[in-house]
Amino acid sequence: MSNSSAVLDTPEQAFAGLETRDAHAWFGKHHALSGVSLRFPAKSVTGLIGPSGCGKSTYLRLLNRMHEFIPNSAMAGEVLLHGDDIYGESVDPAAIRLKVGMVFQKPNPFPAMTIRENVISGLKLAHIKIDNEDDLVEKCLNRAGLWKEVKDRLDASGGSLSGGQQQRLCIARSLAVEPEVLLMDEPCSALDPGSTLRIEETIKELAEKITVVIVTHNMQQASRVSDYCAFFLSDGGPGVLVEADQTRKMFTNPTDTRTADYVQGKFG
Amino acid sequence: MHVVHSRGDKVFRGIVTAGALTSLVILGLIGSFLFARGAQVFSQYGLKFITGTNWSSSMEEGIPSEFGMGPMLVGTIIVSAIALLFAVPMSIAGALYIEFYATGRVRKMLSGLLDLAAAIPSLIFGLWGIQIFTNFGQRWASFLGNRLGFVPIFNTISDNYGRSPFVAGCVLASMVVPITTSVAREVYSRTPRELIDTCYALGGSKWGAIKTVVLPFGKSGVVGGAMLGLGRALGETVAVYLVLNLNFRYTFRILESEGGNVASLIATRFGESSSEELTALVAAGFVLFLLTLSVNMVASAIVAKTTRS
Repeated sequence: MSNSSAVLDTPEQAFAGLETRDAHAWFGKHHALSGVSLRFPAKSVTGLIGPSGCGKSTYLRLLNRMHEFIPNSAMAGEVLLHGDDIYGESVDPAAIRLKVGMVFQKPNPFPAMTIRENVISGLKLAHIKIDNEDDLVEKCLNRAGLWKEVKDRLDASGGSLSGGQQQRLCIARSLAVEPEVLLMDEPCSALDPGSTLRIEETIKELAEKITVVIVTHNMQQASRVSDYCAFFLSDGGPGVLVEADQTRKMFTNPTDTRTADYVQGKFG
Repeated sequence: MHVVHSRGDKVFRGIVTAGALTSLVILGLIGSFLFARGAQVFSQYGLKFITGTNWSSSMEEGIPSEFGMGPMLVGTIIVSAIALLFAVPMSIAGALYIEFYATGRVRKMLSGLLDLAAAIPSLIFGLWGIQIFTNFGQRWASFLGNRLGFVPIFNTISDNYGRSPFVAGCVLASMVVPITTSVAREVYSRTPRELIDTCYALGGSKWGAIKTVVLPFGKSGVVGGAMLGLGRALGETVAVYLVLNLNFRYTFRILESEGGNVASLIATRFGESSSEELTALVAAGFVLFLLTLSVNMVASAIVAKTTRS
């Protein structure tokens, strides 16, 4: 087994400031992820790909300290944001999560809130003062590609939207706290193809300003939406990072034969 | 449409339908029994039976009896309201602690104990509560009386706080807390994990997650739990009977040594009542029955409204 030494060849000026060094994760005694070192390129979309159980979602949740909410979980190694370990003793995880936001698999707007309240809910949670609420709501919904559809019913319940619209509302909600990095855990897997395409367009637009890391096990989606790809694999043991590179290269001329087999659909 | 496929299905359907109807039938029978027996009293005294302040059963010819349960009805509401005022916040806090702060064995033990406590007969709580609260409650009551005596409801004439509606309410609160906490914990535990995770992912604290997601999600369930508790409080007999001196005068002074409720009225008078008074007590039971029903209807309306929006 290659010991995850694969790194994205990221030039310093294009580095997003987020990297992991020899990151491991456990669930109880189960070693789920081993020795992942990766540097994320800024203002781009990095896709985490690999078959189920390869540790890609676990890895994603290491990046904003969501992993620690799972009972009996543990981690080792370093996750650095601008050079500081986010697992350092004096670090407030809530402050990290403001900089590294997350969108989940299932669209989950807060059910008791209106569309408007959903957008600003993160700021309320983090006790951040809002200067101009209307502007902020419009800006975030615009960036999430939802503004035109909901501008006349901002006070309707978030649950009244379609699945795809709900997911874009969740994206708007994450954007409101102005994260540097947005993590997305299979954000389209619960959506129909049309909604999926809309979200993918939104993701590409977001990457003009922020860094996006997206977990997907849809190869077409990875090739459509991502600039870089990182391929994870488990051979029964802990998941490892096999290879990471520009998406074009990963899909046409990968270094590792296992990557080639996976992207060609030979397994997974 | 419901399609019945086989005889077995039909039989089973019959059984479950009968089960569902039973409680309705019982409810109907209770209501009509109470109404039929009490009807004479309602026609004789009219609204005065509800609002009147004199309850005297005459043993002598020529002197008419008089039955007016007004103060007992008001007392029922006051004592129950005091009980809920204490019990609901405590139950919410307790449920949140068990569900979100206690860990491992402590959490398991607490939720087990809680379900056990919810099953203990209220009489036991009553006996215990009277021992405790005639002491503690008396101190709190005298504190309130001394500091806030200028507020009409805290005003007192005598200094015998130990037998006041306030103390009775405290005792009832101790009966209501286990069942309400148990229901609230159950409801909170069903909050979707992704919603809580989302709060954390947005940079929220645990309290933030509870305020944003858990409390709104559990709102209707907690109202339901409080109603179960209120059901206990409204019908509670022994505790109120042991604490309060029944007094047929309208009083809103919750620290004064007087008051009463409908259930304890029935319990106190039942043994020695004439047939005339017995009918009046049944009629009082009917009024309590209506009060309980309407409280529950209001509660389910609240639940329906909050869950819709």
